[in-house]
Amino acid sequence: MADKLLEIKNLTTSFRIKDDYHAAVDNLSLTVNKNEVLAIVGESGCGKSALAFSIMGLHTRAKIDGDILYRDHNIAKMTPSELNKVRGKDIGMIFQDPLTSLNPLMQIEEQIGETLLLHNKEMSKTARQERVLDLLNKVGIPRAEYVMNQFPHELSGGMRQRVMIAMAIANKPELLIADEPTTALDVTIQSQILDLINKLKDEMNAGIVLITHDLGVVAEMADRVAVMYAGQIVEVADVKTLFANPLHPYTRSLLNSVPNSDQEQDQLHVIQGIVPSLQNLPREGCRFSARIPWVDESAHEKHPELREVDPGHQVRCTCYKHFSFPDETKEEQHVLS
Amino acid sequence: MWKFSVRRTLIMIPQLIVLSILIFVLGQLMPGDALSGQVGPDVDPARLDEIREQMGWNDPWHEQYARWMGGVLQGDLGESFRFKMPVTELIGQRIVNSFWLSVATLILTYIIAIPLGITSGRFNDTWRDQLITGYSYVGFATPLFIFALVMLWLFGFTLGWFPTSGSVTPGLEPGTFEYVMSKLYHLLLPAISMALITTYSTIQYLRNEIVDTKQKDFIITARAKGASETRVYNRHILRNSLLPIAAFLGFEITGLIGGSIFIENIFGYPGMGQLLVESISLRDYTVLTAVTLLFGIASILGALLSDIILSIVDPRIRIK
Repeated sequence: MADKLLEIKNLTTSFRIKDDYHAAVDNLSLTVNKNEVLAIVGESGCGKSALAFSIMGLHTRAKIDGDILYRDHNIAKMTPSELNKVRGKDIGMIFQDPLTSLNPLMQIEEQIGETLLLHNKEMSKTARQERVLDLLNKVGIPRAEYVMNQFPHELSGGMRQRVMIAMAIANKPELLIADEPTTALDVTIQSQILDLINKLKDEMNAGIVLITHDLGVVAEMADRVAVMYAGQIVEVADVKTLFANPLHPYTRSLLNSVPNSDQEQDQLHVIQGIVPSLQNLPREGCRFSARIPWVDESAHEKHPELREVDPGHQVRCTCYKHFSFPDETKEEQHVLS
Repeated sequence: MWKFSVRRTLIMIPQLIVLSILIFVLGQLMPGDALSGQVGPDVDPARLDEIREQMGWNDPWHEQYARWMGGVLQGDLGESFRFKMPVTELIGQRIVNSFWLSVATLILTYIIAIPLGITSGRFNDTWRDQLITGYSYVGFATPLFIFALVMLWLFGFTLGWFPTSGSVTPGLEPGTFEYVMSKLYHLLLPAISMALITTYSTIQYLRNEIVDTKQKDFIITARAKGASETRVYNRHILRNSLLPIAAFLGFEITGLIGGSIFIENIFGYPGMGQLLVESISLRDYTVLTAVTLLFGIASILGALLSDIILSIVDPRIRIK
């Protein structure tokens, strides 16, 4: 069993809409181990980013209950100044959109330097400069000495994401949260950025939480996968198991929606309906039941829980036992090559 | 940068030509001239016509314009009919007064607006913000000329804290310390009155910029780096929010030359605004055209200045 790095226990992150609080992350428990890439997968609106922001304590107007245990601290209970010591130092974060995530008025050197400065007050200016240069080289930015003095708008999206990565890893964090790091980039750049994260993972010995809705990215990068639906985790497994033996209907539907280049398909599989919005989320019973209406009510549990079916493989609700696609011929096996 | 400034300055030339023609023609279109109402009723109208002929006022407008423009280009703006002195000299006296009044107003405006705008933006939708926004709405709704009169009545006449007219106590030697202090004393009340009323735009600008910048992604990045809330505000939010204010400065500087018609007239402060009103009512054409032309030049320069300031403070529009 690998060492635990981060343990999330019964985390509930709720947002206030009008007079009520609605949980975007609902009673979620999850562990991140050292040196592993944990992918969190789900459609848009499943609470993936809300979870990532909770780990960093970045929500300004959300109510957070439960525990986020990191080493011997509880991030969920930290005061702002304690939190500032952890952010950027022990936990680094890469954001979705590199185009808007950099301060337009600051030179690259100053932006990366700020992370260093905030956590090493004694570091001299020249040492900081050298470290920034070093980081820029590490993330594969050509002509780093020149780029250091450039402003964000002078760089391309891929370059900016590299700068963001340099910023996130500046203080050699133990945990790196990547919130859809490739969503805003075009496909060729996407694979470059993923390669870079993969390369850095080996160098840094850090745990990585990779949030994505791209199953291709998951297959390429992850060690373990948590599938999230409507604020809950519906299935956790290591990546091979998940692709070879997906159990939860949601996981199977997601996998089935991926176009397959080996087979001719007349139609892509589409999951019926949409992720319910926060206010309309059914808080009772199996949350996915509304999108697989052909499965009988009795197949679902009243209070579905995550249960271990195999060592390390957990599934929520019993409906997976009775689930099949309406058109049986459609489902193929997704065995990792 | 250099090239851009030169290009912008060259573009100004046709603008200025059109402006000067417009001003000149509009001045000519006004009924009456400097002689009407200024001479005794027993003067022979034939004699007046003779004078007009002599002064060249009966020539076609383009000839008169050419003559006037020729003088302007050589720095000769003509002579004031009323003050019997060269217009350049007259404007020279007045522009200094207007300049200092506007500088004082501008400084007071920023002293009031920046802290209030920051508070309002940072704590938006709290009682503090509502209080400050309330003040700016009152400032927005109050007519300057009424507020200035109330200020003058209260602090000038009733309490007697400030002088009620003029720009300096008569009899003081220019250049002495007393003279400077007296000047400052005289412009304080008009400057405060104006600043209190006109500061709303800067407050609201700053507030909205801060509220807007607060929600930008790079602010989350800054927090994720471990920056404290104070640092996030001072280094990231404020710097980005001050951009439009800085750009606005160019236009504010236009006001330095133009002065304020209301304030100067109410406080009997001899500045450019007062000169403009006087020259209109007395048909003092040479002064009127010169002052209007100067205002025009000032606003064109102000726009140029705004662009230059913005290009200095915002790297995204830095001009190569």
